[in-house]
Amino acid sequence: MSALGEIVIAVLLVIGGGFGLVGGWGLVRLPDPMTRLHAPTKAATLGVGAVLVASMATMWFRFGILSWHEFLIALFLFLTAPVTGLFIAKAHMHLSWKREELPPPAPGADWATYGDSAAESPMVAALEEPRRSE
Amino acid sequence: MIRRILPHPVLSLVVALVWLLLVNRFAWGSLVFALILGLVVPAATAPYWPHRARIGSPAKIVAYVAIVIWDIVKANIAVARIVLFLPKRDLRPCWLPVPLDLTSPEAITVLAGTITLTPGTVSCDLSEDGRALLVHCLHAPDPASVLDEIKTRYEARLKEIFR
Repeated sequence: MSALGEIVIAVLLVIGGGFGLVGGWGLVRLPDPMTRLHAPTKAATLGVGAVLVASMATMWFRFGILSWHEFLIALFLFLTAPVTGLFIAKAHMHLSWKREELPPPAPGADWATYGDSAAESPMVAALEEPRRSE
Repeated sequence: MIRRILPHPVLSLVVALVWLLLVNRFAWGSLVFALILGLVVPAATAPYWPHRARIGSPAKIVAYVAIVIWDIVKANIAVARIVLFLPKRDLRPCWLPVPLDLTSPEAITVLAGTITLTPGTVSCDLSEDGRALLVHCLHAPDPASVLDEIKTRYEARLKEIFR
């Protein structure tokens, strides 16, 4: 492997590890669960991204293979990270927040976590409509 | 007829492409199997996807993805600085309701995912009527500017992509 390749891979790995460490440190340092949620969901994106690029570079410089698996890992990560973040946030809202403590979406309206009228949503209505007409 | 065989052409294409990427090296056999998967998976799951999302030009989607990736890099550095250097008492977390102009479920999902992936903001809930997102900001001394960025940078572009 060329010296240039080794330097590129090493730099990428250090960047990835660095952001992973910052994400972990954020978990320790930030004051409450909602702010803590920010640190790992973020470090995952850039930290893992850098490691994935390093992996592609290794395959290329070392074996001369263009590897595509890393794109898939990034894709699946981008699909799953927001979902886990949302689930943790919603669980936390159920456990530790009251609806009065949060800003309302609009006067008289309510967030889905606290309300019971999701069936009236225009999104649900739009999904129901063509089925009715068929 | 075409609709019955290919209820979601874009989904078929994505499934086939993901299979080829999983195999990681081109062979005609895997291309055939990718096409079979691309036909069977959308047809089998069609009852769960009653609607076909209308998607705009691919160039706009590529531009959107590029902007989001660039923002992830930029904002990761900003969040790292907040975590490492900002004293705890100066931290200004806040809840931010974001009124939505988007109506299609797919567009709102992409917007919520984008907000969570770009560091400093996590989308936490949708309003009951689907017209607002609840976003939590890690450090927002000026919540109005965060709201403005979400509306102009992401939502305006998504409105052009999902018509």
